[in-house]
Amino acid sequence: MLSISDVHTFYGHIEALHGVDLEIKEGEIVTLIGANGAGKSTLLMTICGDPRAHSGQIVFQGRDITRLPTHEIMRCGIAHSPEGRRIFPRMTILENLQMGAITGNPDRFDQNLERVFGLFPILQERGGQRGGTLSGGEQQMLAIARALMSEPTLLLLDEPSLGLAPLIVRQIFDVIRDINQSSGMTVFLVEQNAFHALRLADRGYVMVNGEISMTGSGKDLLNDPEVQRAYLEGAVG
Amino acid sequence: MEYFLQQLINGLTLGAIYGLIAIGYTMVYGIIGMINFAHGEIYMIGAFISLISIMLLESLAGGSVIVALFVVLIVAMILTSLYGWALERIAYRPLRSSPRLAALISAIGMSIALGNYIQLTQGARNKTLQPIVQGNLELMKRDDGFTVVLSYMQIGIIVTTIVLMAAFSLMIAKTSLGRAQRACEQDRTMASLLGVNVDRTISLTFVMGAALAAVAGFLVVLYYGVIDFYIGFLAGIKAFTAAVLGGIGSIPGAMLGGLLIGLIEAFWSGYFSIEYKDVAAFAILVLVLIFRPTGLLGRPEVEKV
Ligand SMILES: Nc1ncnc2c1ncn2[C@@H]1O[C@H](COP(=O)(O)OP(=O)(O)O)[C@@H](O)[C@H]1O
Ligand SMILES: [Mg+2]
Repeated sequence: MLSISDVHTFYGHIEALHGVDLEIKEGEIVTLIGANGAGKSTLLMTICGDPRAHSGQIVFQGRDITRLPTHEIMRCGIAHSPEGRRIFPRMTILENLQMGAITGNPDRFDQNLERVFGLFPILQERGGQRGGTLSGGEQQMLAIARALMSEPTLLLLDEPSLGLAPLIVRQIFDVIRDINQSSGMTVFLVEQNAFHALRLADRGYVMVNGEISMTGSGKDLLNDPEVQRAYLEGAVG
Repeated sequence: MEYFLQQLINGLTLGAIYGLIAIGYTMVYGIIGMINFAHGEIYMIGAFISLISIMLLESLAGGSVIVALFVVLIVAMILTSLYGWALERIAYRPLRSSPRLAALISAIGMSIALGNYIQLTQGARNKTLQPIVQGNLELMKRDDGFTVVLSYMQIGIIVTTIVLMAAFSLMIAKTSLGRAQRACEQDRTMASLLGVNVDRTISLTFVMGAALAAVAGFLVVLYYGVIDFYIGFLAGIKAFTAAVLGGIGSIPGAMLGGLLIGLIEAFWSGYFSIEYKDVAAFAILVLVLIFRPTGLLGRPEVEKV
């Protein structure tokens, strides 16, 4: 469904991705783990065309999206819940969700609203509250809900667990799994919380310094001694 | 009392016009974080287009005055919007990722170029128009014969402005375009990640600001009946002051600021000296920048990303 081949991305003159190859199949949950600064967020943003890949190719559902402007890429059925959540702080929860529905089918707005309120009831209770006044966990739920409003075929998630209490992390990961199983939505999940991510995912990739260093099923990577040493130290137990 | 009331009426009229222009400054600032220094010239061009269209229609003669004026207004809004659109494409978009100083200089350049363009094509002398909307209501009469009048033109200006501002506020608050504009203001990258065409939204913001400035130009032509290529400068600075006073970036702030500047100018000329009425506006700009840079309704400046 998404195939990334030999993608190089630059910030100014600094190369952040050094030829990334990656493949995601329909209906999968794929995770990308790696240390801080490895280039994980950059890869997700490159898929969205901001920054644009300097060279290489990104094909989504048979269509080359490498050179499309960001807003057109997002209209192909991709939604992104980016690093830092990026909730519109001076918009209400409802308005944030309306923004998420821009690329979706307008006739299904009410249904989708009901669906995300079902997943995150707290958002319904707080509907008129401004995004900037929500707690970190609520903002993360809103960011995911906003991404779901367009009923994407591919959902990109950048560190949804960052800075959240374990209970909320569990809740969010459960939601991701549920949606994947019930609607078949493909998920590409970037995480530093490698333990939870690898347990959830069908397959995983490990990124080091802007390159993919390892790939395998979630289970294999969890049991890999090198992965355990580098990313799971103290996390299991 | 009567004299006060008269200044109040004059001030409200003036303030309505400044408010219409100020919205353009504040919206553009909101969305790209820069002052559109050519906005005064856009207003001036709106006034010229109105005046020329009125003269053209007059020479054709016949028909209803109201319909004719309405046609002129629409024509002025459309043509002036094109100038606003072109201004963004030429002076701002190519420099969007350059240092702010570059865009500032290019906007000032555009301001000068547009001013000279009208001076060259229309001449440097005043253009005048016979009064079209005449007549007034006598509200009050003082013993010594001083009469408080509210002209039909003033009613027209105030009503037009209120209707436009209400419609406009509703559009920003409730429509998907208004939401997209606010989203671009708050986080342009995120807006594009949600499928908003940021370039188009910015273009439309310039277009809307120009259309409102065209309405202001149209009203001024009918109200004063005399314009020249230089009116954009003073009106521009006053409307800019109004936007800063109200809190730049805030649309209700621009309306309030416009009203206040209009009232201050009217009372200043009514009670102190008409020669120094422009100084009053500049003095306020300086005072606001010193004591309350965020303006009356503005929020504290958060670091732009
Ligand atoms: N906007 C940016 N401008 C310049 N360099 C950046 C920018 N964003 C990220 N980088 C650099 O790119 C590299 C990869 O960053 P990032 O993709 O955020 O890593 P990760 O998400 O894996 O922590 C880092 O060295 C980082 O400093
Ligand atoms: Mg990151």
